Amino acid sequence: MLTGLTLTQARAGLAARKFSARELAQAHLDAITRLNPGLNAYITVLPEADVLASADAADARYAAGTAGIMDGLPIGVKDLFCTKGVRTTAASKMLADFVPPYESTVTANLLGAGAVFLGKTNLDEFAMGSANMSSAFGPTTNPWKRKGDDTTALVPGGSSGGSSAAVAAGLALAATGTDTGGSIRQPAAYCGIVGLKPTYGRCSRWGTIAFASSLDQAGPMTRSVADAGLMLEAMAGFDAKDSTSSNRAVPAFHKAVGKSVKGLRVGIPAEYRAPGLPADVLAMWEQGIAWLKAAGCEVVDVSLPHTRYGLTTYYIIAPAECSSNLARYDGIRFGMRKDAPSLDGVYEATRAAGFGQEVRNRILMGTYVLSAGYYDAYYLKAQKVRTLIKRDFEQAFETVDVLLTPTAPSAAFAQGENMDDPVQMYLNDIFTVPASMAGVPALSVPVGLNEAGLPLGLQVIGRHFDEETVLSIGGALEAAAGFTHIPSVHAGAGA
Amino acid sequence: MSLDLATTRRIAKLARIGLEENELEATRQKLNGILGWIDQLAEVDVTGVPPMVGTETETLRQREDKVTDGNCRDALLACAPETSGPFYTVPKVVE
Repeated sequence: MLTGLTLTQARAGLAARKFSARELAQAHLDAITRLNPGLNAYITVLPEADVLASADAADARYAAGTAGIMDGLPIGVKDLFCTKGVRTTAASKMLADFVPPYESTVTANLLGAGAVFLGKTNLDEFAMGSANMSSAFGPTTNPWKRKGDDTTALVPGGSSGGSSAAVAAGLALAATGTDTGGSIRQPAAYCGIVGLKPTYGRCSRWGTIAFASSLDQAGPMTRSVADAGLMLEAMAGFDAKDSTSSNRAVPAFHKAVGKSVKGLRVGIPAEYRAPGLPADVLAMWEQGIAWLKAAGCEVVDVSLPHTRYGLTTYYIIAPAECSSNLARYDGIRFGMRKDAPSLDGVYEATRAAGFGQEVRNRILMGTYVLSAGYYDAYYLKAQKVRTLIKRDFEQAFETVDVLLTPTAPSAAFAQGENMDDPVQMYLNDIFTVPASMAGVPALSVPVGLNEAGLPLGLQVIGRHFDEETVLSIGGALEAAAGFTHIPSVHAGAGA
Repeated sequence: MSLDLATTRRIAKLARIGLEENELEATRQKLNGILGWIDQLAEVDVTGVPPMVGTETETLRQREDKVTDGNCRDALLACAPETSGPFYTVPKVVE
């Protein structure tokens, strides 16, 4: 089944000419035609002729022996990456008709490695959300259903919910995501796939629509840990166009998977045993600890004392940066415009009509915490607490090599749940936000199903620029868990 | 700190988001709920702690002071919702 392969398997099949890139692309286009109307994982599907032309070019490179590391692999691209000549919406009415005249560095790197783009995947508007419910193009539905309940539509997580649903349902072999406070890892966990947020600076932010610039980081969403390593190799690398891009060499990340983890020290942060953590999540965490012990790791209790302030700090810093970044949507230079008699009137009418409620509220919150009289009490204070959060990680990594935690405090919830109280929605990111604040790499690996039959993920957090150890540990968890479940909505089922 | 209606109106003005009078109160309540939760940061002692600006993994670079991009006026104007010749258009700003 061509839609059920990992990148690694598909790459081997293409290299051995067992199937062509055209056949692989066609199988995915057919699956999208069949399942996307129900899932709404893609906002834009590329024209069939364009997808097949890219696949044919990949086939020609295989024939010529010049294939790149992602050659002929059909993937989805989160609709936050600017793609030249292809509409890029950020799931906002503001950019509903925006066709960028340039290609983001990450997608240019993937194209350079031979990847075949299938389309642009759905997300929360401007990547602000944890449920994919704030998309102006309608929510994405999780392909997983609760056992014995085919009618309740669940969220795929967010903000990269279209990417995670597409990969889980067989509508792409892998997809790009972006992560500001958990937007790769949490949807990966909710959909039973692998998601890697690299170290801040690994992947260029150039051409990715900005949300919170000191936190935004692109990363791969895949079906295996080795795939995440492979795809990150293609995405990462120095870019002079991003002032925060790292010029460190990009290692052969996929080779880190399968390496022995014997003797590695795994920290278990006491503060992540949050009160009210559901029993199924706790049990899965204990299971993960047992697996790593069996693989020869040394498990150590550690403390990250400022964990509980991670989310509150995030909800000052991210809105502050968002209010600044989103000031560019003025109705004049690109995007939507609503006419009014005065210039200020154009701004106000355009921004009221173009932004959805969550985006508006975050811009307003950011404007407030940056405004005269409140800057020190909120923004400056949050920046100082952020230093303490980062120090927590640095201290922990003096004694351990990685940290192991649950990815999210629950499995996927139903569409419409957690919608009334924003704080309740924000709590979904409680375990993912601290690593974002510190800028360290973090990986979510699917490790099992709960009693309702929904996937749960564990998170591995590592030192700055040490994705390799994170991937090695992730590979050990993957091998022990043997997670082979597929969701009830899948390209390979009932076809 | 709690947010009153006048402050809500002021930040909407600063952010150039045109909220209707009937939207202001609902917005005020939403933001107030979040602010009440954020106020727990007050209990953290940050005496002598420097603010973290960015993630500080790399030092900022300087590049040669020369043109690296440009000559793409038409491509950029093509993104604009409204143009007139080689110009963006705005409502009259000088009486």
